[in-house]
Amino acid sequence: MAYRWGMAVDIDKCTGCEACVTACHAENNIPTVGAGQASRGRAMHWIRVERYYEGSFPDVRLKFRPVLCQQCDNAPCEAVCPTYAAHQNEDGLNAQVYNRCIGTRYCANACTYNVRFFNFFNPEWPKPLHLQLNPDVSIREVGVMEKCTFCVQRIKAAKTEATAAQRELVDGALQPACAQACPTTAIIFGDLNDPESRVARLARSPRGTKLLEDLGAEPKITYLQKQPWHEPDAY
Amino acid sequence: MNRTLTKPIADDLVRPLFQTSVWFYAIVFAAATVVACGGAAWGYQVWNGIGSAGIRWPVFWGFYLVNFVFWIGISHAGTLISAILRLVNAGWRRPVTRCAEAITVFALMIGAMFPIIHLGRPWLAFWLFPYPSAREIWPNFRSPLAWDFFAINTYLTGSVLFLFLPMIPDFALVRDRSTGWRRTLYGLLAFGWRGTTRQWNRLESAMQIMAVAILPVAVSVHTIVSFDFSMAAVPMWHSTIFGPYFVAGAIFSGIAALIIAMAVLRKTLGLEKYLLPLHFDNLGKLLLLMCILWAYFVFAERLTVWYGNEPSEMAVFWASQRGRFAPFYWTMVICNFVIPFVILTNYKTRTILGCVIASFGVLIGMWLERFLIIVPSLATKQLPYSWGSYAPQPVELTIMAATFAGMILLYALFSKFVPIIAIWELKAGLPSRLDPALQVETSLLSTRLDTEAFSSEAERADRGQP
Repeated sequence: MAYRWGMAVDIDKCTGCEACVTACHAENNIPTVGAGQASRGRAMHWIRVERYYEGSFPDVRLKFRPVLCQQCDNAPCEAVCPTYAAHQNEDGLNAQVYNRCIGTRYCANACTYNVRFFNFFNPEWPKPLHLQLNPDVSIREVGVMEKCTFCVQRIKAAKTEATAAQRELVDGALQPACAQACPTTAIIFGDLNDPESRVARLARSPRGTKLLEDLGAEPKITYLQKQPWHEPDAY
Repeated sequence: MNRTLTKPIADDLVRPLFQTSVWFYAIVFAAATVVACGGAAWGYQVWNGIGSAGIRWPVFWGFYLVNFVFWIGISHAGTLISAILRLVNAGWRRPVTRCAEAITVFALMIGAMFPIIHLGRPWLAFWLFPYPSAREIWPNFRSPLAWDFFAINTYLTGSVLFLFLPMIPDFALVRDRSTGWRRTLYGLLAFGWRGTTRQWNRLESAMQIMAVAILPVAVSVHTIVSFDFSMAAVPMWHSTIFGPYFVAGAIFSGIAALIIAMAVLRKTLGLEKYLLPLHFDNLGKLLLLMCILWAYFVFAERLTVWYGNEPSEMAVFWASQRGRFAPFYWTMVICNFVIPFVILTNYKTRTILGCVIASFGVLIGMWLERFLIIVPSLATKQLPYSWGSYAPQPVELTIMAATFAGMILLYALFSKFVPIIAIWELKAGLPSRLDPALQVETSLLSTRLDTEAFSSEAERADRGQP
């Protein structure tokens, strides 16, 4: 049976420590663009922790929401790509084929979550970060779009290992870098096609909501929270 | 046929091809310098990376796409004026058509460059071509960008033909009047035109077919350009009105560009006898019509968004209505509606100068309109955490300036190598007809013409008789 990878993010557990962001950068060879470029909107964070403030000073509450590619079933980014660089793979992931990308950036505009990032320049790593590149992940050149892959290199490796050992993948044995790094286990990853997996059970939780669900992109990430989330007044 | 033609018209209109003033070289040199700067800026951008431009997360489309839509819009001048006026056989079109068709072709060539300039990896732009390749993959036909590719190529091919066909008799005329390299060049371009009845008949039917065929292509091309935006679930992009709204705006800016081009040609080439106040008056009325239509579309679009009160759309709405993009928005309203409306509704101010001022307003306003469609929406998408801003960088501004200089350059060269007014069409329209507009034109011209000596072939052909 095919896998359908999904995730549950428990907002009530998130402390906003950003360990997931750091782990993601390290695992996926995401370039650090430096302060200058970051201030010009070129920072790349496949996962980001959004901060929202509720109430007025001094009675302010801070809420965190980690946002990464929602791996939508009905992804707006895929249809608009003229070269099939963005497409749905057999595991239901929104795959990005870097070598096919010509850099129209249409996918990033169409993505309602703004989780696609563009290589405005060729990537560079300040020393000694260049020594810690992950050999399992390709480096993306200038002009190419990239985004969260759910650590597809780990998925591939685990699947290959399981096939070689002639066994099924065990739920929870496979984790993307962000889930692995999360100190409060707010991020749960697994196979939505297995109704008994932890992520599938959490996806059915009454605490669960999807991000911008009304737009119909059918995201595969469930956000868990006790209080309903109100988007801040937009204007 | 050419020997028998009355000389004055041909003399007037062919003269720019043989006599070159120092101003021509000055303009060509200045424009070419700016174009070269633009080329250098693009080279710099390709070498350094697309990050040299101001685009950023989350505003991934900026000035390049604004200019793309703007220039494709300008290209709608030729089709509307030429094809519609040809089909309804409006006599006053005759001196106007070629100026308009040339704008179409050049504006399309310029506009079509922008999707390539804006690519992250422009050296792979050919992957949009549907060809069997080693990659074993076709372009994604679900993508509006692939539709763009086909729409723009169809339109470019169609408008080049539409421009070229009626130039053939004029090329033959120039060929017969020239010697040396010009004779060879225009001989090649004239495709062996001898002015036989059969050739005239073929030309006439070809023009009729092209005029009918180019209209739906023109409408579809800007509709598809609008689909680049309206197909995405981005606030204030996802709108059913975008197709006709973009087409109306395109024709609006196209007429404005045509009026400016005609006024410049009139002065620089001494065409005061051919491009009459009447033409500017008629085009001014057309511009007024499109101005009102444009205002209606903006009103309809903004009213429905405001009434619907959907939060993410309202964020974009207020950002342009009274937020950080408001100065651009109200400048657009003044330039696109207030100025042209005030000038063009009054027949006293609907002079050549008045039309030109209104047209400059429209060009500025329509450019801002494209900016206001693209940037505020991307800067203000659904998740407030990811809101952003955008400021153009020198590379983008240089390339933009270069495209305007490129238009001037192409147009100057065109008017140097091709009679900018269709000589044979003008002559065919000369014998007195019932068209009052034409009679004004004729009466002014006839003082210098011996109408008896007119080419009977051209006249017959125009009437569709063998």
